[in-house]
Amino acid sequence: MSSSTVSLFAESDASIREWMHTARSPSSSALPLDRRGFLKLAGAGLALGFYLPGGARADSETPQAAGAASQSPAMNAFVRVAPDNTVTVYSKAPEIGQGIKTALGLIIAEEMDADWSRTVVEQAPIDAKVYGYQGAGGSTTIPRAWDQLRQAGAAAKAMLIAAAAQQWGVNPAEITTRDSVLTHAASGKSATYGSLAAAAAKLPAPDAATLKLKTRGQYRLLGRRFRGVDDAKIVCGQPLFGIDVRLPGMVYASFTKCPAAGGKVKSANLDEIKAQPGVIDAFVVEGNGRLTEVMPGVAIIARNTWAAFEVQDKLNVVWDESGASRDSSSELAARAKQYAAGPFPAPDRDVGNVERAFASAAKIVDAYYEYPFVAHANMEPQNATAWWHDGVMELWAPTQQPNRGLSQVAALLGLPEDKVVVHQTRVGNGFGRRLINDYMCEAAAIARRVKGPVKLQWSREDDFAHDFLRPAGYHQFKGAIDPQGRLDAWQEHFITFTADGKNPAAGADYSRFLAYSCKAPNLRRGLTLMDLKTPTGPWRAPGDNAQVFAQQGFMHELALAAGRDHVEFLIDAVRREVPELAPKSKDVNFDPERAVGVIKLCAEKTGWGKSLPKGRGLGLAWCYSHAGHAAQAVELSVDANKRITIHRVVVAVDVGQVVELAGAESQAQGACVDAFSMALAQQINIENGRVREHNFGAYPILRIPFAPAAVEVYFVESDFPPTGMGEPALPAMAPAIANAIFAATGERLRAMPFSRFGYRV
Amino acid sequence: MITLQINGQSHTVDAPDDMPLLWVLRDMIGLTGAKYGCGIGRCGACTVHLDGKAEHSCMVSVGSVGKRAVTTIEAIGDTPTGAKVQQAWVDAKVAQCGYCQAGQIMTATALLNHTPNPNDADIDAAMAGALCRCGTYVRLRQAIKNAAK
Repeated sequence: MSSSTVSLFAESDASIREWMHTARSPSSSALPLDRRGFLKLAGAGLALGFYLPGGARADSETPQAAGAASQSPAMNAFVRVAPDNTVTVYSKAPEIGQGIKTALGLIIAEEMDADWSRTVVEQAPIDAKVYGYQGAGGSTTIPRAWDQLRQAGAAAKAMLIAAAAQQWGVNPAEITTRDSVLTHAASGKSATYGSLAAAAAKLPAPDAATLKLKTRGQYRLLGRRFRGVDDAKIVCGQPLFGIDVRLPGMVYASFTKCPAAGGKVKSANLDEIKAQPGVIDAFVVEGNGRLTEVMPGVAIIARNTWAAFEVQDKLNVVWDESGASRDSSSELAARAKQYAAGPFPAPDRDVGNVERAFASAAKIVDAYYEYPFVAHANMEPQNATAWWHDGVMELWAPTQQPNRGLSQVAALLGLPEDKVVVHQTRVGNGFGRRLINDYMCEAAAIARRVKGPVKLQWSREDDFAHDFLRPAGYHQFKGAIDPQGRLDAWQEHFITFTADGKNPAAGADYSRFLAYSCKAPNLRRGLTLMDLKTPTGPWRAPGDNAQVFAQQGFMHELALAAGRDHVEFLIDAVRREVPELAPKSKDVNFDPERAVGVIKLCAEKTGWGKSLPKGRGLGLAWCYSHAGHAAQAVELSVDANKRITIHRVVVAVDVGQVVELAGAESQAQGACVDAFSMALAQQINIENGRVREHNFGAYPILRIPFAPAAVEVYFVESDFPPTGMGEPALPAMAPAIANAIFAATGERLRAMPFSRFGYRV
Repeated sequence: MITLQINGQSHTVDAPDDMPLLWVLRDMIGLTGAKYGCGIGRCGACTVHLDGKAEHSCMVSVGSVGKRAVTTIEAIGDTPTGAKVQQAWVDAKVAQCGYCQAGQIMTATALLNHTPNPNDADIDAAMAGALCRCGTYVRLRQAIKNAAK
């Protein structure tokens, strides 16, 4: 294999890791300017933000769904107020099902004292210069936007108050606001926001330092339940998603790539394809060799999506697979097991003295845990619409990282960034897959060679074949219990993957959250990296989505070995002072007492310690993940045929202040179903570099008859600033189920999916 | 040329007989409410009604539709049951990403038209073909029960 091919795999992987880092970086780095500058520029920059070159539409959703851009007076880049007192607020981040459009809108409206019933939330234009980072990943959108949006709302309110004070000749401090109405009690004057909007918009933006933000006790909106701002459109089937984009004269494209990652096109029967009914054109796209952008493939341009798909079956491509992946997942799993049985690698974390702890241990437990590759299987298969016109590449894309996509497309086509316009559509699932913009880059590359707009649509089979998988992983544990029954030593050999021979591949590194929350006074961790060409990436709660299963399963084994109550053992372990493992950065909010809080709340709500009928089991697990603390308890029974029935699921979560309760609960409920689905039966097999599962028939996603009938969600409410809900409630579900199955049957499940042991629903 | 009765209107399209109804609706008629999810009848995102019966439109060739009335999510709110189901969906805040929900609502509406007061087993049987990757099943079940009230 050529070294250039090796470096391309490594380069693609490195770029995903870099983006994951960006998606996770703390909020302070997201603002492009200091706060005062942001408000000023945000106000001035609004015209910039709404300026789209080439006469393109000024909305950021599907062209046929959104109306004309509102021209009502702008207070800043996030707020417009119309004369009829309708307030329009802009959601800067992608809506991927996490409820962010509603939540971000509420944060602005709260500080602004806007009448929510007359507030419209629109998708903001994609412009990092105005809005800062606009991605959605790592459950960071809320914490990242929290200060920025509260300031935007408070600044708009301050400008409206200033306008009223001027008009009425009163002291602005005496003016109160509520539900988009300003009142001066002493003079009996009152006015709507709308009546003063034009005057307010002419005033200078206030200095952020002068803005007094509300405290939690003053909230009228935050923490309550609200409908989703787009729900009325969703239930009527209005065109909101990337796949729904339609433009006059639009044609449709499929794109066929080598089923083994890294393969190139040698030749293809293009003449035969071009002669097929419904086909307009077919051509080879060389691409730039980056898995994250454009790999070589054959574009088929057709009059409709179906024709573009159907002709894929008649396409014969001779692939050059000399540099392509030949990965075999079964071979990798076998090799990992050998590494686990071999010598412990040079440790990358060594706290205390594990050898001494093992020598004096009352009990030693060894266990090997593993889990497979899994797919994202977004319900909306990857797609993007691109239109090359007037020297501008205009795109509509369901993406989690629109700013990145814009930069990637500009670099790919050699265009300045102001000649690329990205419209953020609603996204039919993200789960991390759409942090990678390969489909968007492909659409742009294809559109460069097509007259008029073109929608690239991946088939479900394309989607499975070209995912960036949740990596498999293998953990050899050894734990020691001291004579007092406490956890004394934790040794973990993690066998995972690398694309560059040096660093763990994207999504395959040891969880930075477990690095704080998995505590023992003597702790040693080592890493073995196996070469992998199959692209991997972030999957909902990267790292934690599987590593917490291994860690919390093994913790349960240790608690039992210690002869102690599981909950009490977990609390004791998390409270242990191990200074070397404590977070060094104040951006890390891991807090042992918040962990204890969710464990205790979960145990209490589930009736921990109660006696259960025979065949029933209660299991519990917890995690600190993506800045949230969460615990799950599952009560289930297992019949003689290993059929699992889940009777009860209890989730306790601490994500600080809850922004919107119905949505936050919904994320926890969905995460439990998602995790059950993944843990029970999902597995991607790779042979000769090819993913063997092609559609939902071979890759089961949980269906309603088998989903838990109820998921009870409890929040620990606090004054901590809010953090995201997309991920924290997922990781502890799988180990809670496995621990419950052990309680019910005595069988310890040390591998996912559980179906490999005959378990089913 | 094939003439279809869709949402009470007549549409004539120049489509091959074997083209799935889903793609005729989406790409030719411009009704994009029915979604593409799998193309093999395994996910239910493309569900429409043919003479009131829920069908996976990705598995129905346009040539086989004949005189049957096609109803899509865009018009299901014009029926009393459809409107009730849509309202129940909004009230229970079922949707997360929302992509599968058109198919869920079409399936649930057909269920309630046939079985006005479904029990859990009825819901399971009728809705098992409709995948939700967000896992909104808890609220979806509740919304169906609320709509039945």
